[in-house]
Amino acid sequence: MGKMPHWADIVLIPLISLLLAAVLSSLVILAIGENPIAAFKLMVDGALMRSAGWGYTLYYATNFMFTGLAVAVAFHARMFNIGGEGQAMLGGLGVAFACLYIPWPHWSIAILGASTAAALFGAFWALIPAYLQAKRGSHIVITTIMFNFIAAALLNYFLVNVLRPPRSMDPATAKFPEPTHLPSFQDMFSTAENPLFRGAPANVTFFIAVAACFLVWFLIWRTKLGYEIRAFGFSESGAKYAGISPVRITVIAMLISGALAGLMSVNTTMGESERLVLNSTEGAGFIGIAVALMGRSHPFGVFLAAILFGFLYQGGAELALWTDIPRELIVVIQALVILFTGALDNMVRMPLEKLFLALRKGDA
Amino acid sequence: MTTAPAIELKGISKAFGPVQANKDISISVQPGTIHGIIGENGAGKSTLMSILYGFYKADKGEIFIKGQKTAIPDSQAAIAAGIGMVFQHFKLVENFTVLENIILGAEDGGLLRPSLAKARKELAHLAAEYELNVDPDALIENLSVGHQQRVEILKALYRQAEILILDEPTGVLTPAEADQLFRILDRLREEGKTIILITHKLREIMDITNTVSVMRRGEMTATVKTSETSPEHLAELMVGRKVLLRVDKKPATPGETVLEVEKLRVIDDKGVERVKGIDLHVRKGEILGIAGVAGNGQSELLEVLGGITDATGTIRMNGTNLPLSGKGAHGQSRRHAGIAHVPEDRQREGLIMEYTAWENVVFGYHLDPEYQKGMLMDNAGIQATAQEKMDRFDVRPPHPKLAAKNFSGGNQQKIVLAREIERNPDLLLIGQPTRGVDIGAIEFIHQQIVQLRDQGKAILLVSVELDEILSLSDRIAVMFDGHMMGERDPAKTDEKELGLMMAGISDTKATQEQAHG
Repeated sequence: MGKMPHWADIVLIPLISLLLAAVLSSLVILAIGENPIAAFKLMVDGALMRSAGWGYTLYYATNFMFTGLAVAVAFHARMFNIGGEGQAMLGGLGVAFACLYIPWPHWSIAILGASTAAALFGAFWALIPAYLQAKRGSHIVITTIMFNFIAAALLNYFLVNVLRPPRSMDPATAKFPEPTHLPSFQDMFSTAENPLFRGAPANVTFFIAVAACFLVWFLIWRTKLGYEIRAFGFSESGAKYAGISPVRITVIAMLISGALAGLMSVNTTMGESERLVLNSTEGAGFIGIAVALMGRSHPFGVFLAAILFGFLYQGGAELALWTDIPRELIVVIQALVILFTGALDNMVRMPLEKLFLALRKGDA
Repeated sequence: MTTAPAIELKGISKAFGPVQANKDISISVQPGTIHGIIGENGAGKSTLMSILYGFYKADKGEIFIKGQKTAIPDSQAAIAAGIGMVFQHFKLVENFTVLENIILGAEDGGLLRPSLAKARKELAHLAAEYELNVDPDALIENLSVGHQQRVEILKALYRQAEILILDEPTGVLTPAEADQLFRILDRLREEGKTIILITHKLREIMDITNTVSVMRRGEMTATVKTSETSPEHLAELMVGRKVLLRVDKKPATPGETVLEVEKLRVIDDKGVERVKGIDLHVRKGEILGIAGVAGNGQSELLEVLGGITDATGTIRMNGTNLPLSGKGAHGQSRRHAGIAHVPEDRQREGLIMEYTAWENVVFGYHLDPEYQKGMLMDNAGIQATAQEKMDRFDVRPPHPKLAAKNFSGGNQQKIVLAREIERNPDLLLIGQPTRGVDIGAIEFIHQQIVQLRDQGKAILLVSVELDEILSLSDRIAVMFDGHMMGERDPAKTDEKELGLMMAGISDTKATQEQAHG
């Protein structure tokens, strides 16, 4: 029997962590002379009360679902993939190549092709650190961080020297051809008399992200491979005893992780900007770490956490737009949420465990 | 007796959350005696001693030392009260000398030299008085385990301990070293020291103690004079029912050879040769027991056979050579060759502790088509299988959805056994089958092993418990320093002879070798 009920572990702890982050954020906002309640109201209004706000929130959430899942899959094999950012950049290159050089007849086929390319490129970028970890013992945290820098440089090179249209001063590719443009939520859900999601970037990729959540759940808890990944993550010596190859699991888990991170770029590159720009990932690879931590590496948890972080992103943008709260402060608020939900998990967990033990003792 | 007890506990209780580790425990130990505390794992022995040594604070109860009520809030207070503790896992600094270890934490001032000189004199004195000879300038890492333990005892004596607590002191010793330890304890008793001996080995209790207390589930079930009890009676008190201590088995009827090992060598990650060219064979319907002190190559032998570690040499299973390194050498291919493996360390290898019982019941066999349903694992089917196996092996509680870490040691081992035995292997490798397993479960596990043998299976047993080797094996081989020291018929050998072999004193003419030095 655990130290406390399951629901407390997955619901209560994140909620309390969030509350603490909110309290601390309020103090910060108070300190610069703004009204935290008004600020919070503005965030909710901007991100959740209008369909366009939702369109932004879900757009960001789509990114975070992919990168969160990427981190979660690696977590199950006890690996810390910090390289989601770089893998997503490479994924963007894959999308750009697929969209620019292959004449797609229709977006529905193009999205399959571009997704495949994004996944392959992302997986490739995770393969090298995975191989180094499995065969040479180079720590995956270090190598994936370094690969983020290499990816950034590589992307820079391709955009400036290879993919930039002639006479353009912008380090970005040309606009993707018309048949690769993905339907946005506005296209899908608006009717003539009732326009919805006006101008919002959320697009059909959101549904791919939701499907990915389901598929990852399936993979981890229903397949032989998932069984082996989890076993390896819990105990490497146990895995060896069972004849599970540590090299194989390390490589496969990282390939899947990289592919998921790469898929994120379908949303940003193909779905939103419709061309590849230099900063298309916008740090989503790192946010994925917080999302996976908060979601307890469970796909459903990742789904919820991704939406929460989507809300913070969109709400934060609204704050910057309508108040004197500087943009940097919004980053502070996001950082506080990450800090409390991810890093300071034990700070909330320990007193809560004690409380539940005391309660149980009282019952007995 | 008129003297006040050396140590007296009255009504000690301690709870960890909902678990009552100690419940209203009272004992009284007379000075100059050896008092045994026996009980199964989790009976609360260690908790009680930790309270006595100031690691835990009791929820209720009082401690009296020499009739004086004493509070022991920390280990400093315990030492001041004259209590010394020798832990199961020694607390020595490996690259310090004996002398440095002894004064560690008991230095007199800022300068080391005077303390060392004083300790050297004191040590010579102690060595003479209690026959505890150890070279004061030797580095700990160069000492044998038996001598390291002496250093621990000396440490306690140097701090003027009158009461010495030893926690499972013989677990890591050869029989000869254990005998030496008992001689030392005897001597300490003669000199008026009081000793509390915590153990799960009935024989040690019978051999050396004056009185014995039995603990079961946090309670003190009985305290008796050793001369007025018997091992059977103590076992019954420990378990709460009658226990068969001897293994009941018919003579073996060995058939053809199943496993042949020739010139097997294992070199570990650090480049140290752990197995130095051994030969052995196991036939159908027999149990080959491999005796030896832990760390003499037996673990590596099991790991090679189980496909975990690479090696050189030859291993033939039913006449076919098995790959010993490279792609084909892994646990899966060994299982296909008909080898089942109950590993020595069930918590690190045999089970995934975070996995549920049902997930563990297929661990290692999870690729088997029987457990698949198309592309997926047949979780419902596996759960049903797990329930059956757990019922057959009397795993308690019989809940397949409980995580492995929530079962007791004995029940964890039953889960591993159920998995490996029920696969109907040709050869069963089994390491330390009853380590950390309570007496009631030991009986059951031994029965299962003998039953498998009687079905005509070959069994390779590795155990550091000589009793277990002697009572289960049909042939006994002894390993020392990576070599096979020789083979014995259990009916024609005894602990003494095996003990000498385990200490590296050669097989054929032990006495002659001894004379040579």
